[in-house]
Amino acid sequence: MKQRDRAWRGRMFVRMLWRAALVRRSRTITALAAMAIAATVATALLNLYADAQQKLRAEFRGYGANLVVTAKDGEELGSKVVSELLASKEFRAVPYAYVIARTANDLRGAPVVVVGTEVAAAKAMNATWWRTSPVGGDLAMSTEIAGAMFGERAFKTLAHGSAPVELWFAGKSLSVLPLAALNTGGDEDDRIYVDLGALEKWTKVSATTVEIATDGTPEQIKATMARLRGQFPAANVQAIRQIVEGEANVLAKTRSTLLLATSIVVLTAALCVLATLLSWVLDRRRDFAVMKALGASQRLITAFFATEASLIGSLGALGGFALGVITAMAIGRASFHASVAPQFMLLPVMMAAGAGLALLAALAPMAMLRRIQPAAILKGE
Amino acid sequence: MTMFARLLMQSFLRQRRRKLLAWLAITLGVAVATAMIGVATDIGDKMNRELRQFGANIVVTPQDAGLNVKIGGLDVAPVSEHGYLRESDLPRIKTIFWGNNILGFAPMLSTRAVAIKAGDQSFDAPIVGTYFSKQIIAGKQSYTEGVRQTHPWWKVAGEWPRDDSTEVLAGEILAARSGWHAGERVKIGGHEALVTGIVSADAETNAQIVVPLALVQQIAGQPGAVGRIYVSALTKPEDDFARRDPRSLSPADHDRWYCSPYANSIAFQLEETLPNARAAQIRQVAQNEGRVLARISGLMLLLALAALIASGLAVSAAMATSVFERRGEIGLMKAIGAGRVAIAALFATEAAALALMGGLVGFAAGSLMARGIGTAVFNSRISVEPATLPIVLGIALAVTLAGSVTSIRRAVQLSPAIVLRG
Repeated sequence: MKQRDRAWRGRMFVRMLWRAALVRRSRTITALAAMAIAATVATALLNLYADAQQKLRAEFRGYGANLVVTAKDGEELGSKVVSELLASKEFRAVPYAYVIARTANDLRGAPVVVVGTEVAAAKAMNATWWRTSPVGGDLAMSTEIAGAMFGERAFKTLAHGSAPVELWFAGKSLSVLPLAALNTGGDEDDRIYVDLGALEKWTKVSATTVEIATDGTPEQIKATMARLRGQFPAANVQAIRQIVEGEANVLAKTRSTLLLATSIVVLTAALCVLATLLSWVLDRRRDFAVMKALGASQRLITAFFATEASLIGSLGALGGFALGVITAMAIGRASFHASVAPQFMLLPVMMAAGAGLALLAALAPMAMLRRIQPAAILKGE
Repeated sequence: MTMFARLLMQSFLRQRRRKLLAWLAITLGVAVATAMIGVATDIGDKMNRELRQFGANIVVTPQDAGLNVKIGGLDVAPVSEHGYLRESDLPRIKTIFWGNNILGFAPMLSTRAVAIKAGDQSFDAPIVGTYFSKQIIAGKQSYTEGVRQTHPWWKVAGEWPRDDSTEVLAGEILAARSGWHAGERVKIGGHEALVTGIVSADAETNAQIVVPLALVQQIAGQPGAVGRIYVSALTKPEDDFARRDPRSLSPADHDRWYCSPYANSIAFQLEETLPNARAAQIRQVAQNEGRVLARISGLMLLLALAALIASGLAVSAAMATSVFERRGEIGLMKAIGAGRVAIAALFATEAAALALMGGLVGFAAGSLMARGIGTAVFNSRISVEPATLPIVLGIALAVTLAGSVTSIRRAVQLSPAIVLRG
C-alpha cells in the first residue's frame, strides 16, 4: 500500500513538473532561451580560450626556427648529431654549413657567403618570409653543375642572367646554376644557397649549425632545450631569444585579453540569466500559494521548484553548449582557417553551472516567500 | 499632465522591481557590448606595439655597399666595398611623413677583428658600435634612440653602457671564453674601455664586443660613418596594394600608397630622405607581424560580434518577459476603451526610456571595463571613442524595441475577457 502510495506521489510530481512547463509554455521557453544564450556565449568563449592560443602558437612558427644547435668553438657538429636532430619527429630541423667562396681562384675574385643546406626544408620552415622567384635557370643532367638559390643581392651582383656561376674554395671550383632568387630583407639576400651534400663534396666542410622550429609553451621549449643539451653535450643549444621571448610576450597578452573579455562576458551572461529566472520564479507565486493552501509541505514545494529550476538550468545549458561549440568552430574557421576542437570536458561544467545558477535564482525568493501567508498572495496583495 | 505621461510615470513608480530587472539586463548588455567594441577596435594598435618586441622591421644599408660577407660576426668583405651612411643624417629619420610611427632606430657600424687586451690575455675579436640609448634632437623635439628600443630582447647582466663614454658590453660567448665579468678593464685597439655588462643577444652579437658608436668610429678611423640602421616602425599589415611598385602607380594611388604606413612605404620614404640609402623591410619580422596581427584582431572582432549578439538576445528576452507579465494590465486598458495604438505606444515609450537609461549607464560602465582591460593587460588605456555613444544607444534602442514588439503585439491581440478572467 505504502509502496503504491510512493509510486503515485512520484508520478504526480512528474506530472506537476510537466504540466507546469506546458501550461506556461512561453515563460518556460523564455527562461530556457536565456539560459541557452548565456551557455552559448560561455561555451564559445571558453572553447576559443582553450584553443586559440595553440592556433596562435602555430601561427608564430611562421617566424621560422626558435632554437639553434651549434658546435662549440666553431667546430663542425658531426654527422651523427646532425642526422639524429634531422630524424626527430618532435620538431623540424634544418642543417646549415657556411663557407666564404670567391668568384675566381685568387684574391681578385669577389667573396661571397655560400650556404649548404636542405634548400626545400629551409624554404618550408621559413615559408612566410622567404620569398623566392624563379630566375630561369634549368638544371641540365650534369654532375658537374649544382642548382643554387641566389639571394637577391648576390644574384644582382654575381650572376649574369641564368648562366652558371663559377665559385672557388681552397683551389677547387664548383659551377652553380641560379634557379631561384631569394628575398628576405636580411643577410640571406647576400648569400648563395646550395645543397648541403654538394657543398660537402666540394669544400669538405660539413654542417656547423642546425636550426630547429619547435612548437610549444615556453616551459615545453625549455624542456626540449634541456633534453637536447643532455643528449648532445658537445653542442651549444640556444634559444633564439628574439623569437622565443617575443612570442611568449605576445601570447601572454593575448591570453590575458581573452581571459578578461571572457570572464566579463560570462559574468554578464550569468547575471542576465539570474535576472530572467528571478522574475520567472516570482511570477509563480500563485502556484506556490495554491500548493501550500492544498496542504503541500514546505519541503515538497521547495523540492518542486528546485527540480524545475535545475531542469531548466541544465537543459538550457545543454542546448547552449551545442550552439556554443558550433559558434566557436565558426569563429575558429573564420579567423584561423582551422576548426577549433570542441572541449567536451566543458559540458558537465556548463550543465552544473546552469543548474546551480537556476537553483540560486529559485531558492533565494523561496526563503522570502516562505513567510508570506498563501491567502495574501491568492487574494492578490 | 496628460494621461499618457501619467501612465508612464506610474508604471515606473509602481513596478520598481521589474523595471529594475529589465534596466539591469539592458545596462549589462550595453556595457559588455561597449567594452568589447572598445577592445576589438584598439587591440590592433596595442598588439602592433607588442609585436615590436620582435625588433626592427626595416633595415637601411648604404646603396654603394658590396655584398655583405659575414659569418659568425667575422666580416671579410674588401674594405673598398664598404659604403657608409652618415651619422649626421640620422635625425632625418624622424622627419619622414610617418616619422611618428618610427618607434626607434639604432645605427650599427662593425669592424674587422680588432686587437683586444685584458690583463695578460690578448686576442682579436670583432666589435660593433651602436647607440644604446642616445638623445637625438630632430626638429624641435628630442628623442631617445638606440638598441634598447630596437632590440628589446637583448638582456644585459650588469649595467648598460653610456653612449658618450668608453663603456662597452661583452657578448656572452666571448665573455665566457675569456672569463670576463662586468667591471673588467680592457684595451680595444689601443683604447681603454670598461666592460659594464655581459649581453645575451643573437649568436653573432654574443661573440662580439658592443661599444658606443663614437668609439668604433675612432678605432676604425671612419668618423661620422654608419654601416647600417635598424628601424622599428609601427606598420599596417601588408596587402596587395602595399606590394605595388610606387613608380607604376597613378598619382592618386601613389598618394594613397605613400600615406599608408606600410613597411614598404616607410622604407620608400627613408630612401628618399637619407642620401645613399637602400631601405628594405626585414621580411621575417614584417611579414609575420602582419599575419599574427590579422589573426588576433580577427579573433577579437568575432568575439565582440558574438558578445554583441548575445547581449542583444539577452536584452530582447528580458523585454519580452517584462511585457508578458503585464497582460492583465493590457486587458484592463482595452476593457475601458484604450486603442491598440495607444497601448503599443505606451509600451514602446517605456521600452525606449529603459533603453536610453540603460544605454547611458551601460556605455559608461563598458568604457570603464575597456579601460580596466587595457590597464591590466597592456599598461595603457583602451579608450572607447565618445563618437560610438550614439551608435551604441541606437543599437540598444533597436534591440530593446525589437525584443518587446512580439510580446506587445500578442498582448494587444488577446481578448480582454480571457486575460482578465485569469
